[in-house]
Amino acid sequence: MESDNKAARPVETLKQAIIRFAGDSGDGMQITGSQFTNTSAVFGNDLATFPDYPAEIRAPAGTIPGVSGFQVRFSSFDIHTPGDRPDVLVAMNPAALKVNIKDLKPNGIVIVNTDNFGKQDLVKAKYEVNPLEDSTLDGFRVVRVPLNMLTKETLKDSGLDPKVVMRCKNFFALGIVYWLFQRPMETTVDYLNLEFGKNKKRPEIAEANIAAMKAGYNFADISGLFQVSYEVPRAKLTPGTYRNIQGNMAVGLGLLAASKLCGLPLFLGSYPITPASDILHQLSAYKNHGVITFQAEDEIAAICASIGASYAGNFAVTTTSGPGMALKSEALNLAIMTELPLVVVNVQRGGPSTGLPTKTEQSDLLQMMFGRNGDSPVPIIAASTSSDAFDCAIEASRLALKYMTPVILLTDGYIANGAEPWRLPKISDLPKIEVRQLESKDKEWYQPYLRDQHTLARPWAIPGTDLLQHRIGGLEKEDVTGNVSYDPANHQRMTNLRHEKVAGIAKDLPPFQLVQGQKGDQILVLGWGSTRGAITAAVESLREEGKSVAQAHLRYINPFSPALKEVLESFEHVLIPEMNMGQLAFLIQGKFAMKVHSYTKVTGLPFTTNEVIDKVHEILG
Amino acid sequence: MSTESTTNLTKKDFKSNQDVRWCPGCGDYAILNAVQGAMAKLGKKREDVVFVSGIGCSSRFPYYMETYGFHSIHGRAPAIASGVKIANPKLDVWVITGDGDAMSIGGNHFIHALRRRINLKILMFNNRIYGLTKGQYSPTSELGKVTKSTPMGSLDTPFNPIHLALAAKASFVGRSVDMMGSHLEDVIMKAAAHEGSAYIEIFQNCNIFNDGAWKHITDRTVRDDMLIDLRHGEKLIFGKDHDKAIVLDGFDPKVVNVADVDEKDIPVWDVEANSTFAYLLAGNPEGKLPTPIGVFRDVKRPAFDVGVHDQIARARQKYGEGDLEQLLYAGDLWEVK
Repeated sequence: MESDNKAARPVETLKQAIIRFAGDSGDGMQITGSQFTNTSAVFGNDLATFPDYPAEIRAPAGTIPGVSGFQVRFSSFDIHTPGDRPDVLVAMNPAALKVNIKDLKPNGIVIVNTDNFGKQDLVKAKYEVNPLEDSTLDGFRVVRVPLNMLTKETLKDSGLDPKVVMRCKNFFALGIVYWLFQRPMETTVDYLNLEFGKNKKRPEIAEANIAAMKAGYNFADISGLFQVSYEVPRAKLTPGTYRNIQGNMAVGLGLLAASKLCGLPLFLGSYPITPASDILHQLSAYKNHGVITFQAEDEIAAICASIGASYAGNFAVTTTSGPGMALKSEALNLAIMTELPLVVVNVQRGGPSTGLPTKTEQSDLLQMMFGRNGDSPVPIIAASTSSDAFDCAIEASRLALKYMTPVILLTDGYIANGAEPWRLPKISDLPKIEVRQLESKDKEWYQPYLRDQHTLARPWAIPGTDLLQHRIGGLEKEDVTGNVSYDPANHQRMTNLRHEKVAGIAKDLPPFQLVQGQKGDQILVLGWGSTRGAITAAVESLREEGKSVAQAHLRYINPFSPALKEVLESFEHVLIPEMNMGQLAFLIQGKFAMKVHSYTKVTGLPFTTNEVIDKVHEILG
Repeated sequence: MSTESTTNLTKKDFKSNQDVRWCPGCGDYAILNAVQGAMAKLGKKREDVVFVSGIGCSSRFPYYMETYGFHSIHGRAPAIASGVKIANPKLDVWVITGDGDAMSIGGNHFIHALRRRINLKILMFNNRIYGLTKGQYSPTSELGKVTKSTPMGSLDTPFNPIHLALAAKASFVGRSVDMMGSHLEDVIMKAAAHEGSAYIEIFQNCNIFNDGAWKHITDRTVRDDMLIDLRHGEKLIFGKDHDKAIVLDGFDPKVVNVADVDEKDIPVWDVEANSTFAYLLAGNPEGKLPTPIGVFRDVKRPAFDVGVHDQIARARQKYGEGDLEQLLYAGDLWEVK
């Protein structure tokens, strides 16, 4: 029966599609989007996602601040961003429609839940006239579905509470979209059986959601809602084993990997903060890997406990976001002064102050560089995609342990929550991290600040080691002995040494490479962090147009790669797009005394590809 | 608790090679001496002991101990020490702090370290003044205190540190006096034997900025009548001639002559009892009671740091030693050929 219907309607092949699921924050849009993402990942598409949810746990139902969205782009070719404008919008209520309809592509499909367009619903969304009845949706393909009624009807014999039944309507909607894109439903069926059936011992909930999803699929098939359905074939990705990964998860896995690679137990001191808390949750579940997680009383205690654990010989980490970084800055300086290894993860969000907790921004860069008293250099690494965060976490750990220094790892809300396919590394390919903790026999030469001649790292002697008892602290240290010293010449020398140690890391960095183009192109688009996808897509497109455009993307912000200056100077123009008011541009200009084009955006949303393309056109004239 | 030495180290072995730089006459010298003495008597191995301090005069302490030491930042010593202890529960971790460091800037860490029952020994030197910054009033300064920052007298009610520690659920709460060396050493040794969060308030004199802070109760001439030593299993009797006692009149502790009461009405001090009585005694309403020193509370509770490692052991038992490869190659995987 099903196949007959399918045969009756044409299937159109697309190279890519962008879907945005939008509803009230209680409508389960994040889970719906995640399910579509996983299904597409397992199917073999390349993909990118952008979850966009409100800061309030539950803003008043049906209102504009309560709208939660999840955009997924999937394709048969290599993509770098979740896309600028959706082809399909699923709007569960008028507020979701109002917030999102302006982004939908012309002639795009909008699936609306007509059951939620009552008078009260319209008032909550501040619609004076029902948008389903005026010209609001002209120019779009509108698919009207009475989702509440259909879900209720589907589950009328389930014996479930009507409230529970209503919570299945997102899966009815998912079923419709699955049919529209000819996706298999197994991944979601398995997920529901595991999550509700096995883990939560509520098999009836799993059954109800599965029934709703299948009913949605069949309804789309039989009812002729759509003229055609679509398929997006598999992408040609590099061979390997893949999984879908979000940035926070990648950071957690990277830190755990680093702990295994250096052979020291991982200690995480943290305090809950959006959007970094997931890393704390994740690592808390890795107890059988020997991971210690400590939820401290505040941000300061979180980093201080980590510093204590580092002093005691653990591989120590603290995770936070911007406001937490502000609180940690004094303690971070203690780690700089005592030269203890520590990884500090800052999942950036919109600032200043509490700012936009759930929105993305790159505006902590200068805070990380300079936001401490005194001359206090700290290495900074920035992840550029969700999967890159895994490698960056290992790299930050390697540098911290090798150079005996705190290292800041920057990600942001977009990387933290966005997902992409990740080609899994072979464990044996991961770089070993050499660590030396001294033994009693080192007593002969041991001095707390006697540095390694190459790295300038001080030796790591941990409590419990006989004969190496020593005292450290935040007061200036005498060179070599580590005793308290107020000697002016010594302070100059120690300040120089701290500076040289961090600057010297530049020698340890991989060779600098352009992502696209070559030296001497007319313009270089230089980025850092999560703007990578948008910049890559923009530069690809500009080069296809025949423009002389190159791309570079910085992982190492402090110190910069030694080759950076010369590379930048080979271009007539350097354009730096960033989600702040021009912080990397400020650093580059200050450091290299060169003029750059700064392109900034702080709307809480990532750059779109077209924004970058338009900017390059503007500069090149 | 065994006080028998397991090492041959003497008090001198716990002195570091650094010159002690407190003002001549400072109460801190006596405390340093008592701690070094206790360490030797306890048979501590120097390499297993870590002293962590914050900022203030007292916080210079770790430099003078031939153990591991960390002179950290203002108020944060309990948080740093927590990390040390959780990372390696075999270490013997001591926090040295003052009334400004622990009660003011570090108040939050102080109460949380205590309520968590992390196996830390927190020694708070209380001189009721900021010494290192040269004489401002502190959170334990008496109301109306005239200092450089309060020329017309302070306006805020001071903390009662014992109340704070009891309310924060410290499992050991004690108090002693800088110049009462053997008493101090005894309380320190009892704290050392305690499994859990231990807090000792030490009345300390700052002879430069707040000289005589405790003289009215600790001076040799008045001490016997102004202090009462709380000793587990002993009656609440005090006074030079052991002729005075504290009895409870409802919720009101009051001083009586031993001769005037039936001896069985004099309470026997119990460090494991409900802490309400300790709270009442520490309150010293309107100076009517002698000031209690000794041990207010010493109860057995599972220590946090032990619990952390216990959970790790249980997780390993239940799920086996974690395997990174298994963790990476988990969830919905797909192969691209």
